[in-house]
Amino acid sequence: MQVSVQAEPFDLGALTNAFAARVAGAGAVVTFTGLVRDNGGALAAMEIEHYPGMTEKAIAAMVDEAKTRWSLVDALVVHRYGRLAGGEAIMMVATAARHRADAFAAAEFLMDYLKSRAPFWKKELSADGAEWVAARDEDEAALKRW
Amino acid sequence: MIDVLYFAWVRERIGVPRERIETSAATVMELITELKAREERYDWAFGDLASLRVAVDQELSSFEASLAGVRELAFFPPMTGG
Repeated sequence: MQVSVQAEPFDLGALTNAFAARVAGAGAVVTFTGLVRDNGGALAAMEIEHYPGMTEKAIAAMVDEAKTRWSLVDALVVHRYGRLAGGEAIMMVATAARHRADAFAAAEFLMDYLKSRAPFWKKELSADGAEWVAARDEDEAALKRW
Repeated sequence: MIDVLYFAWVRERIGVPRERIETSAATVMELITELKAREERYDWAFGDLASLRVAVDQELSSFEASLAGVRELAFFPPMTGG
């Protein structure tokens, strides 16, 4: 398991290649990357706050849970915090499994849980001011399918 | 003494990211009630419990959770990761 909570940008290609190279026995690697939506140019920046200590533990627990549900060889989660511009990558998930169904399902599971159960909070900054992004009911509801 | 942390708009309303609180409250809910009576900024931050979450020693928990032996509490809005 590789979990990184960081302010710095990450290299999606390099991380994916390194991950794929070390997952012996895997036949499938699925990656997901989340980008900052620029809201048609209206977004000046996004500020992401998190709870150091709890964040890493919560993500590790999600990965452990995913490993009990699917046959995973390994998983990687990178999530950034701090000030990001529109179009920048916020986070990525990579999962590796013998077969693709497990890798896809585990990646979706991790995404759903990261949305609503990892202690991050987003604030959108625009010409109109700053506003905390509200949690969406659909994101909470998405957890029920697991 | 309990370390109490605040995040996002809860932090902004209370005005500090963390503080140490001396309390005899037995549960999270009792502490909230105590703080709300103490100062208006707490009343503002804790006014709508439906939009508030609590972590007890870095585990997501409930307002009924006991404070016995607890070292760290955190209050924050619903999380928006991903």
